[in-house]
Amino acid sequence: MSGTEGGLPPFQEFLEANRATVYRFLVVAVGPQEADDAFQETFIAALHAYPKVQEPAKLDRWILAIASRKAIDQHRRASRHPVPTAEVPESPSRGNPEPSDPADPLWAAVRELPPRQRVAVVHRYVLDTSYGEIAALMGSSEQTVRANVYQGMKRLKELMR
Amino acid sequence: MTTKSNELQASDLKRLSPARDAVAAARRATPSLEDRAAAKGLVDVALATMDSPIGELLVAVTSKGLVTVAFDDDDRDRVLTRLSREVSPRVMEAAAPTDGARRELEEYFRGQRHRFELHIDRRLIGPFAGKVLRATSRVGFGELATYGDIAARIERPQAARAVGRALGSNPIPIVLPCHRIVGANGSLTGYGGGMARKETLLRLEGSLL
Repeated sequence: MSGTEGGLPPFQEFLEANRATVYRFLVVAVGPQEADDAFQETFIAALHAYPKVQEPAKLDRWILAIASRKAIDQHRRASRHPVPTAEVPESPSRGNPEPSDPADPLWAAVRELPPRQRVAVVHRYVLDTSYGEIAALMGSSEQTVRANVYQGMKRLKELMR
Repeated sequence: MTTKSNELQASDLKRLSPARDAVAAARRATPSLEDRAAAKGLVDVALATMDSPIGELLVAVTSKGLVTVAFDDDDRDRVLTRLSREVSPRVMEAAAPTDGARRELEEYFRGQRHRFELHIDRRLIGPFAGKVLRATSRVGFGELATYGDIAARIERPQAARAVGRALGSNPIPIVLPCHRIVGANGSLTGYGGGMARKETLLRLEGSLL
């Protein structure tokens, strides 16, 4: 993001800089079938608020905070959705990488997690975000995030045993 | 490592997420994001590109009208940053709002349109450049004028050089036709988009053989 010293970058630049991370987060946090929709809702919400953003230096945290809220909301709404099946976005000709196997039992296990645990685990172990950073973007304490991640992983290990 | 080999590892979570080509995967979601954002009126400056005989053009449209046309060798980051600062940071690729402007430009390049009727957003044009470009806009398709002519028409007969500078920074080339302005001896002199583009445009208009 060159030449924006302190000001807000054009939204298009911000979108391009963050879309991969947001998408990678959402695929696991809400599931492949819901990811496109959650992705759109995240950036629509971001567009609404964008001109009033106070800290342009923290836009990457800001967008992940929005995505986390969307993931938690969507998860609550769709908590009884089945495990992803045939419609995982997987046509390699359109550029999706080694599609994660929809039959992977890990999907079912991840779906079992309560939303905040699931979101915290994805931040920690899919995006490798620090506990302090996760706490900031989820609006909770570092202690709570550590507990969420710990309990989430414990549950996943049980389910995958 | 003493962990049992079949116990879930934290790193196993990564296999659920698209890795390297995640950008491409995310990009697929974007066209419908553009449509939704534009339909909700959330895109203050809509961007689209189009092919033309003078290379790819970047077209930027606001609710007031066409605000910028940029050539493919213009610094895209600079163009977007300027729009972000001087119009709105909600600058985003969205084809639909630019349809009308692109259609008129396509008709022009096919030789089917001699006058643009689209709305113009003049926010990137300062007061002096505004006078210059208004005078320039009265030079029609297939006509030429000199920098001195324009200076005289804005009642600043000594200001031919300032006229040249104002035209050089025209944010809406082609539509505000700075390419029709030439040197006193009929030479093409300069053009913000480079001489080759000026030549192509003037040939298209039949002003140059």
